[in-house]
Amino acid sequence: MLVSNLIGAAIGSLQDGVPARLGAQYLDFPEFLMTLTTFVTKSAFRNKRRSALTMLSIAFSLMLLTFMMTVWRAFYLDEGSEQSTQRLITRHRVSLTFSMPSYYREKIRTVPGVVAVVPTQWFGGRYLDDKPEHFFAQFGTDPEEFFKVYTDFKIPADQLGAWQHDRTGAVVDSQLVKKFGWKIGDRIVLMGTIWGANLELNIRGIYTAPQPTQSVYFDRKYLEESVPVMKDQTGTFGILADSPADVPKIAAAVDDMFHNAPQQTKTESEKAFGLDFVAMLGNVKAFILSICGAVVFATLLVSANTMAMSIRERTREVAVLKALGFTRKTVLGLFVGEAVTVAVIGGLAGVLAGIGLMTMFSHSPQAGFFVGIKVTPATMLAALLVAAMVGFLSALVPSYNASRVDIVDGLRHIG
Amino acid sequence: MAIPISYNIRNLKLRKGLTIMTALGIALTVTTAIFLMALLAGLDRAFVISGDPQNVLVLRKGSTAELSGGFDAAYFPTLRNLPGIAKDSHGEPMASGEWVVVIVLPRKDGTGEVNVTVRGMMPDGLELRPKVKLAEGRWFTPGQREVVVSQSIHKRFGNSNVGDTMQFGKGPWKVVGIFDAGGSAYESEVWGDVNQMSSDFDRQGGFASAYLRATDPGAANALKNLVSDDQRLKLDGLLETDYYAKQTSSGGPIRFVGYLVAIIMAIGSSFAAMNTMYAAVAYRSREIATLRVIGFSRPSILTSFVFESLLLSFLGALVGIVLMLPFNGMTTGTSNAVTFSEVVFSLRMTPQVVVRAIIFGLGMGLIGGFAPAWHAARQNILTALRG
Repeated sequence: MLVSNLIGAAIGSLQDGVPARLGAQYLDFPEFLMTLTTFVTKSAFRNKRRSALTMLSIAFSLMLLTFMMTVWRAFYLDEGSEQSTQRLITRHRVSLTFSMPSYYREKIRTVPGVVAVVPTQWFGGRYLDDKPEHFFAQFGTDPEEFFKVYTDFKIPADQLGAWQHDRTGAVVDSQLVKKFGWKIGDRIVLMGTIWGANLELNIRGIYTAPQPTQSVYFDRKYLEESVPVMKDQTGTFGILADSPADVPKIAAAVDDMFHNAPQQTKTESEKAFGLDFVAMLGNVKAFILSICGAVVFATLLVSANTMAMSIRERTREVAVLKALGFTRKTVLGLFVGEAVTVAVIGGLAGVLAGIGLMTMFSHSPQAGFFVGIKVTPATMLAALLVAAMVGFLSALVPSYNASRVDIVDGLRHIG
Repeated sequence: MAIPISYNIRNLKLRKGLTIMTALGIALTVTTAIFLMALLAGLDRAFVISGDPQNVLVLRKGSTAELSGGFDAAYFPTLRNLPGIAKDSHGEPMASGEWVVVIVLPRKDGTGEVNVTVRGMMPDGLELRPKVKLAEGRWFTPGQREVVVSQSIHKRFGNSNVGDTMQFGKGPWKVVGIFDAGGSAYESEVWGDVNQMSSDFDRQGGFASAYLRATDPGAANALKNLVSDDQRLKLDGLLETDYYAKQTSSGGPIRFVGYLVAIIMAIGSSFAAMNTMYAAVAYRSREIATLRVIGFSRPSILTSFVFESLLLSFLGALVGIVLMLPFNGMTTGTSNAVTFSEVVFSLRMTPQVVVRAIIFGLGMGLIGGFAPAWHAARQNILTALRG
């Protein structure tokens, strides 16, 4: 009950302003706003060191919060590019480590709504050495149809042609090119870990994807020649659907088709397929949520602490304000305004630092999961709202107490 | 001369609200840090205790994990007859040819599907893993479609009670027992007969790996070299302990996020502690000046305030540790970077973790307390006395 009363009083104090009763006479609204702004700014910076420390503390917390919320968004809310919502992945029902017969591709093609199908086979070779930072994904695929499924991957037409004419050719992600300093015509050797065979590939083209893929694609025929066991076997199929609305229907139709086949399939949207990998990392959702919760709560404590100190010091001033005729609600509003100002300034700095942190990580050579993640305006706004909320809540109890100070006692107070 | 400690304690008590709130802020930071440290300690332990120093793992040359590749079953008799292998209960060399596959099982709580490792082994496979104990039911019978599951699989996935049937491969498997792997990486596995498994997954005629148990750890080293150097075999021998030590890299993402979160939160909390200590100094400037007049030196004032800040953060660290207690022993899982399947482990608040958490908390107190204490010690006596 107390809390709802407090919030009611605080909101009431803000509504009080039109036209506001300040002092004994009525002021018009702009005049009230001026007074409010001046008072709030003056009080917020009255103890510069304390305000600065509070802002810094809030800034660091909000930086972490921005970072975590961005990761959360990228994992769970991001829909990917428009074309990505139109794609599905089919894999063996048991798990990704099993392969399906290659003739499934032509059967999948007959499903209504399917525009194009392309096989992809994981190779998992080592490049240069064992170091995790030198690791990237390598897939054998069909050069004729690959870019017809991955329509949002851009590659110059002449490079695509060159790839299609070289059985040992490969196309590589532009981000990988930057990382390893490759250029077209370079020869890279991938040392096989699964089947023992090595692949020597000529870089024929460089593609750019909306989200960096860290992948190299080569002709699966070359893989089949080097590794005879892989003949007519495929790890996954990438499918392009007519429209995003067809995706669930196609997934069901494909899995039904192979229901009684020796190798059953599991088909899901590209997004769901990606989420399976995140899920394997463990309970990431709860992990991120609990860190965010701890951060917000710690920030709340810091801010409340500062407001309590700041308001206690001013018991006498509150009494003077009241003696001048300021209502309780106005006094409450002034303090809440002050806390929100400090928190939002700190929050703003934190959000900016969070953007910096995210940019730093998504461009680092070991980026891994963070590649291509950006802080969105919605996340920034959410973080600022959290900051404002923290400021608001932290000031409620101390300013409510201050607004109830008896004038005579307050004037006598030695603080 | 040093200022008595009781002075600091009384001061903290005097401003109860402020002390509690600052300590709670530090406590939350410490809890977060200790949670992450316990997570990593549990994960590391899962890998460290998995390997048996007497066991030699044999893989195809060039392969780095049991999951990638395999070798012809024809090599197995040669392996089995290498010198230095211990004898099993039937007086035969203790060796097991195994198949490892990854299957997808739905979590019991409906939060998605997880990759789980299924291991097919020979009867000796059980004997050469003496640390793994049967907790319920019985071991699988060779030649039968039977499996035993680890305790954590039993807890986390459906259809894994004794008497239940699991569906994978080409049909149903009867769960006949539950084993306790003592927190090792086996805690994330399902075990069955190797011949049954390989025919279910169309992988007859070969093994993914072989385990040989040497008579003692020294012999294991020799056995390992014998396997790797044998030109006929084209196989690699490695100590099981080394194999699992490599997999601790699975903790990489958690370690990275953990450090990031702990450091940023610690900086934020240090600023908060600084704020509190500045307020304490400002509040007592007259008192400090009096202390100086009485004859306490600047260093002793500095020490006293730094100590007070340390006391405050120590209090916070203790609360943080207490807040963490309910999570101790909680089991969770993450993806194993080497096998792509889930590795299950529990949060472990080891003494080392607790000590590090306290040092972490004290660090915040030291950083937060030093500047205000410096300020207190450098105060002009006359101005302060007048103020």
